[in-house]
Amino acid sequence: MVQTLSEMRADECGSILEIHGGQGLLNRLGALGIIPGKKITKISTASMRGPVTIQVNRTQVALGFGMASKIIVDVDRRVK
Amino acid sequence: MKILLMGNPNVGKSVLFSRLSGVRVLSSNYPGTTVGYTRGFTKVNNEPAEVIDVPGTYTLEPTCEAEEIALKMLKTGDVVISVIDATNLERNLYLTLQLLEKDIPVIVALNLWDDTRHRGINIDLDKLQSILGVPVIPTSALTGYGIKNLVKSIPKASAPHAPARSLDERWALIGNITGQVQQITHRHHRWYERLEDASVKPRFGYIIAALVLSASFFIIRFIGEGLIGYLFDPLFNNLWTPVLMKLSNFMGGGGFLHDVIVGKLISGQIHFVESFGLLSSGLYVPFAMVLPYIVSFYLILGLLEDIGYLPRLAVLLDTTMHRLGLHGYAIIPTLLGLGCNVPAVLATRVLESKRERFIAATLVCIAIPCVSAQAMIFGLVGKYGVQYVAIVYATLFIVWLVLGTILNRTMKGLSPELLIEIPPYRLPPWRTVFQKLEMRIRGFLVEAVPIILAAVLVINVLFVMGVFDYIANFAAPVITGILGLPKESVTAIIIGFLRKDAALGMLALSPMTAKQMVIGSIVLTMFFPCIATFVVLLKELGLKDFLKSAGIMISSAIIVGGILNILL
Repeated sequence: MVQTLSEMRADECGSILEIHGGQGLLNRLGALGIIPGKKITKISTASMRGPVTIQVNRTQVALGFGMASKIIVDVDRRVK
Repeated sequence: MKILLMGNPNVGKSVLFSRLSGVRVLSSNYPGTTVGYTRGFTKVNNEPAEVIDVPGTYTLEPTCEAEEIALKMLKTGDVVISVIDATNLERNLYLTLQLLEKDIPVIVALNLWDDTRHRGINIDLDKLQSILGVPVIPTSALTGYGIKNLVKSIPKASAPHAPARSLDERWALIGNITGQVQQITHRHHRWYERLEDASVKPRFGYIIAALVLSASFFIIRFIGEGLIGYLFDPLFNNLWTPVLMKLSNFMGGGGFLHDVIVGKLISGQIHFVESFGLLSSGLYVPFAMVLPYIVSFYLILGLLEDIGYLPRLAVLLDTTMHRLGLHGYAIIPTLLGLGCNVPAVLATRVLESKRERFIAATLVCIAIPCVSAQAMIFGLVGKYGVQYVAIVYATLFIVWLVLGTILNRTMKGLSPELLIEIPPYRLPPWRTVFQKLEMRIRGFLVEAVPIILAAVLVINVLFVMGVFDYIANFAAPVITGILGLPKESVTAIIIGFLRKDAALGMLALSPMTAKQMVIGSIVLTMFFPCIATFVVLLKELGLKDFLKSAGIMISSAIIVGGILNILL
């Protein structure tokens, strides 16, 4: 199922399909290993459009809600 | 020889730096920026070498000011030690691959090596070394393992001149490399990993945050008040007072020069808070009132930083801070401000943009009462009843929210979105904690204290010359008319510009109703920071933004006081 990262629920995993953003955003996220094709796990969402925390590689990264809405994920519905 | 230590944030780079460099560590700002870095000295092959701890960076295609500076510093170095977190090879290799594309010899320090074993990670060192084409040395900066080997191997660093690659090519290569050299055995989550996850999830996160913050606060006050009560106060009272009294007698116990240098005698005695002489209050304020809190705050802040808690706190509070035009990290200066506004204003340096620094510093100065302001609030308002203290705090909190929102809406620019790595919890490396503390204290002594002294001197001269009486006359209609305060309080409010504590004593002497006391203390808290904060604020913001900030302070204090005068 295809969703944005901000729509995903906590503890779900999936792989990144695409990132809608300019080169600047792609570079910033890319340097942290957030690139299309990467497997990620969502750790948590803060309430009220707060930041989203994900696990990518062996790192946890928190990103703003706006950024998370630009990341499209193919969500794996089987919860680990 | 110039050795650059480069690596992602949170890979133990600073700990490694403190292992490599000797005692003489210098901290400086990159010219024209607020980005700080540290340098020290070591010996390689008996030749002296300079070691530079470059600001942490994820990429050499800069995405922020700190990374731009890291890139500029790269061009000045002779050799780079690329510090990698061995427990997180994938992400860390990205920067290393970029470094290998540059024209500079590189050596890799595979740090946190001892952590790999209990995290179930197995890395084939020889293979990694042959793929990268540069020496790879396993180290554990915390225990000192591998440091000698690293220094010995620095001359073997080489520049393989790898072809320039694109972002996707680098990640593909990383996948390929880790597939070959790294084996991960899965194992169950440990208790601290559960705690790591819990502390960014809303429900438990807030409970943990409340616990951590109240504990920190308690410890900070304990250390700060302890230092004041058992070290600095006795020092000043027992050693410094006799010297000053002799000087006072020598200068005739009064007169212009006497009042400027020793201060006005309060019933024949030196009063360190109220005398306001250059050698009495001028020394007492920075050393006995601010310094103890600088020490205790930076100690606890350094600990929370190195344990890895601060990023989690930033995530939790990001939503609220965002509405005020700040991102989650701005919670640090805000919290510091509750102790002392001086380190709080200095701490706004952690924020990325000028706009954020302005908003954060202005909000701290206006709406965050420091310990002595809070003592004032409790002392003055508390005697009328707890509900009045609550009104003061609630008002300040609302001012913080409303003013932040207004500044966010009206100032040009956007508040940047949060994008931070959440590091795993680690035991604090005491060595770096204390090294950092020492550097921060030295920074305060060298940068802030001389200016505070100069400002005390200037304002003192103006005060003795009667300039403040003139201002008091001028401001009287506003204070009595709009704020509804009695005439007797006018001088107190104006004095509050210099010292809140002195103002406290004077306000207590004027006949005030509960309502007037509430308004008086809110206005005193809001309308100007103390002289020390005032000076640091000017230094951090520059004259133009400082005047803007001061204008906001005065007008918001009058508006809020006026509204309260109508409402209460």
